[in-house]
Amino acid sequence: MWYLLAALFIGIIVGLNVPWTIPAIIARYLAVALLAGVDTSLGGLRASLEGDFDIVIFVTGFLGNTVLAAAFVYIGDVLGIELYLAAVVALGVRIFNNLGLIRRHYLKEWMGEKSTTPANGEG
Amino acid sequence: MTTVSRRGSQVALTIIFVLFGFMLATQLRVRPSSPANVPYQRAEELSMLLSATEEERDRLRDEVRMLRDQIAEAMVASESQVKVLQEELLKARVMAGLTEVKGPGITVEMNDAKKETGAGQDPNLFIIHDDDILAVVNELLASGAEAIAINNQRVVATTEIRCAGAVFMINGVRLAPPLKIQAIGDPETLYNALKMRGGVVDNLSFWGIDVKIKTEQELVLPAYTGSLNFKFAKPHQREGS
Repeated sequence: MWYLLAALFIGIIVGLNVPWTIPAIIARYLAVALLAGVDTSLGGLRASLEGDFDIVIFVTGFLGNTVLAAAFVYIGDVLGIELYLAAVVALGVRIFNNLGLIRRHYLKEWMGEKSTTPANGEG
Repeated sequence: MTTVSRRGSQVALTIIFVLFGFMLATQLRVRPSSPANVPYQRAEELSMLLSATEEERDRLRDEVRMLRDQIAEAMVASESQVKVLQEELLKARVMAGLTEVKGPGITVEMNDAKKETGAGQDPNLFIIHDDDILAVVNELLASGAEAIAINNQRVVATTEIRCAGAVFMINGVRLAPPLKIQAIGDPETLYNALKMRGGVVDNLSFWGIDVKIKTEQELVLPAYTGSLNFKFAKPHQREGS
């Protein structure tokens, strides 16, 4: 797992040091896309803990969800409704869900019990 | 990991996480200090307000420039234009009777008939009536009088001449005979117009009304002193004129 943290760190360093910044309008899309990315990453972590991690599903999920989330916000802007709130709520619920499952997994491992949490599909 | 090798999946994950970190960092850089509690719509609103204000400012700046140009132009042209306008204004004031005027003309003095009314004769026929005055004024105007005053009441466009009992109302002022009508114009023409055979004075003399006409080399007529409030009449600007 160390190389994933290193990759994340490199990404942050690069992002902080690029000379240009994105315009404020794009920032909204990126924020929701970021939330989708967090959701997918946690889903991947949960799936790997449960032993059914698939790299293809993870990559397509990550890219697809971020693009989809941004598109969702865009559609909301076009229609004049705050559709991004729906994306934020849905992704937030999933993030909490995944975090709960991850926590339960480690909790059971720590207590020496075998995980019986049902798989819930990933990212 | 069924279709992709372990190494491939590691590369893919690495790329994804670099991307993720990059996104995170750029997002953080957009608002490094703001606690993100300024609602986006508020910002949008403010930016719209700002651009509207800037547009307004530019428009006003243009207007200021235009007006300054006009002032500069006017200052160049003013000396001749102001003179023309003042002449125009003075003419209009003379025309409207708002200034004292002087010039040659005639004085007409009218008084009621002095002779006794005989039995069965209507005394009304022997005193001056408003239509007698109107006839005189009309005759004077018709023969080119440029200014007329009756007992120092200047006759203007709104002047009324009417009987009010035993007196006359002219410019809202009560006047009683004897009347002194002064007119500025060509004295000869005015005199002849009144003295014409079968003319106004001839008619009045028939009833014994006393009319004396004197030509004058210099008359001074007073200005109209009544109010100049126009409640209903407004200047009308015709399109294209």
